[in-house]
Amino acid sequence: MDLQTLTYIVVGFTFALYIGIAFWARAGTTGEFYAAGRGIHPVANGMATAADWMSAASFISMAGLIAFNGYGASVFLMGWTGGYVLLALLLAPYLRKFGKFTVPEFIGDRYYSRTARIVAVICLILASVTYVIGQMKGIGVAFSRFLQIDYDTGLFIGMGIVFIYAVMGGMKGITYTQIAQYCVLIFAYTVPAIFISMNLTGNPVPQLGLGSTMADGSGTFMMDRLDQVVTELGFKEYSTQVMGSKLNMFVYTLSLMIGTAGLPHVIIRFFTVPKVKDARSSAGWALVFIAILYTTAPAVGSMARLNLMNTIQVGEVGTTEGNLAYADRPQWFKNWEQTGLLKYEDKNGDGRIQYYNEKNAEFAAKAEAWGWKGNEMTKVDRDIMVLANPEIANLPNWVIALVVAGGLAAALSTAAGLLLAISSSISHDLLKGVFMPDISEKNELMAGRFAMAGAIGVAGYFGLHPPDFAAGTVAIAFGLAAASIFPVLMMGIFNKKVNRAGAIWGMISGIGVTMLYVFQHKGIMFVPGTSFLGDMGPNWFFGISPNAFGAIGAMVNFAVAITVSKMTAPPPDHIQHLVEDIRVPKGAGAATDH
Amino acid sequence: MNKTAEQYWKANIRLVSILLVIWFVCSFLFGIILVEPLNTIKIGGLGLGFWFAQNGSIYTFLVLIYVYAKRMNALDVEFDVHED
Repeated sequence: MDLQTLTYIVVGFTFALYIGIAFWARAGTTGEFYAAGRGIHPVANGMATAADWMSAASFISMAGLIAFNGYGASVFLMGWTGGYVLLALLLAPYLRKFGKFTVPEFIGDRYYSRTARIVAVICLILASVTYVIGQMKGIGVAFSRFLQIDYDTGLFIGMGIVFIYAVMGGMKGITYTQIAQYCVLIFAYTVPAIFISMNLTGNPVPQLGLGSTMADGSGTFMMDRLDQVVTELGFKEYSTQVMGSKLNMFVYTLSLMIGTAGLPHVIIRFFTVPKVKDARSSAGWALVFIAILYTTAPAVGSMARLNLMNTIQVGEVGTTEGNLAYADRPQWFKNWEQTGLLKYEDKNGDGRIQYYNEKNAEFAAKAEAWGWKGNEMTKVDRDIMVLANPEIANLPNWVIALVVAGGLAAALSTAAGLLLAISSSISHDLLKGVFMPDISEKNELMAGRFAMAGAIGVAGYFGLHPPDFAAGTVAIAFGLAAASIFPVLMMGIFNKKVNRAGAIWGMISGIGVTMLYVFQHKGIMFVPGTSFLGDMGPNWFFGISPNAFGAIGAMVNFAVAITVSKMTAPPPDHIQHLVEDIRVPKGAGAATDH
Repeated sequence: MNKTAEQYWKANIRLVSILLVIWFVCSFLFGIILVEPLNTIKIGGLGLGFWFAQNGSIYTFLVLIYVYAKRMNALDVEFDVHED
């Protein structure tokens, strides 16, 4: 059976499965729509959280970034897992004890202020929409490859499917579907990794293959071989290259960690467990399921890079036969050229592919002497690496089909979870909580679904010109969440003295500083050409990249909130009692509505 | 806050502080700040710093959450603030 038919069958089957589950478990009440009626076991909840969490950024994009950034991409590995420690230790149990449906609801009650609740809603929507833009990029890449069409058309088809899928389900449907999606995506991620690790190193466990010797009998370690192959073509050494600077890596990691613990669609998960005790262990279970993919990713990234380099540079560097003839390029190369995400330009007209680092002046001089006229792989979109990986490694067709299905599962599950967080903050926090307190349950659900549709449209529009690779865009979303939501949640629990004014100004200044820095680099709302202060030089703040700036925003948030709280009246007594109450698990009831 | 609640909270803060120190050491300190000196120690084909940054820190995070959940559940019972 040819690859195309097989892919249709595998993707079609998984979609039928998700839709079947979503229909079977569809939400009837607002309680079920927002929080699955709180009847989910911690292990199941952990698995659903993992699917919700691991998006196109983790599945499709991250290993590609690791492949091209080597050690520098560690920021994603540590950042997107370490946040669970913060979440489990500092937030989850207390928010569960508090027992409401949404994050802005907690902020509104703890800081006794509608304004605080509205500010929280705005921050949450900004972060979530940016996140969905990243997903849309991933969905566009997956569909363009799957259907052999260009990226933009792939994106539009993806938007349609996300719409049907997320608007129907609600939290209860989403939770069960996400469990199925987790199984699909983790299977799809680990199977090719095992194959490739086996091929290259003879060790079937990718985590161990990463540190093993090559299977070709040379006795060279895989990592040493990779370092040698990339440096021979003028690229930076894989195992030591840093991302920006070490300070940038530190701040970037911190930003992703804090952002993890501030993203509403993840926090919302801990509202759905039956007990405070379960909230603690749920975070642990989620991380177990996430760690399976995250500890595999370094092997996937490094081995994909090695295979890619070996495909193009088939012989000794500098000899004519060393470079692959364009006419002999493999099928996967042709497939990806069709999507426009992989591009080749024969600069020196020799019909062969020279792929090297032309920005390395010393190496470029050597290359010129060989008659190379610049790097001819003019575009290698990082986001294609995971999807192309099994093809590059010549794995059987069913594995390739499976990976496409896995990528779509990852992107869909996260988009659905985020859209739910957006819709609940608009219908529940803004409409019911602030503007229309006596809205009926039915209309509230309806408004929620409209909000989802709107968010899909906005995200799809920006997805046509994403500010960065999927993982980079998602990193910006994390920065926004880190700078606004996490600090006020943490202070709300651990510092009784932080008051209304402190929280409001903290959030505004934190997210404000972060957005200024990001938009100054990437354009206002990521629209190209609207970046301002062009003469400032990139990453002018101590070399920190805009994707990493959320941690600085969070520091500003903490500092402003504490200073303002010191200068204004302390929170009233009943709020201080509320804080004391959420600190102890005893008396946690079912969640209540306003 | 009554006496037990206050002691319970103190015990909680102590536990969380210890765990967060380990969290910082295994990721930021070993994975980023001290990565070069640690890379001189090899485990298989990988430098120790590189391993912490890409694998080791994640394993440590798992252990931290496990220890936290276990210790806190025990504290709940000890101070009699557990759920019914």
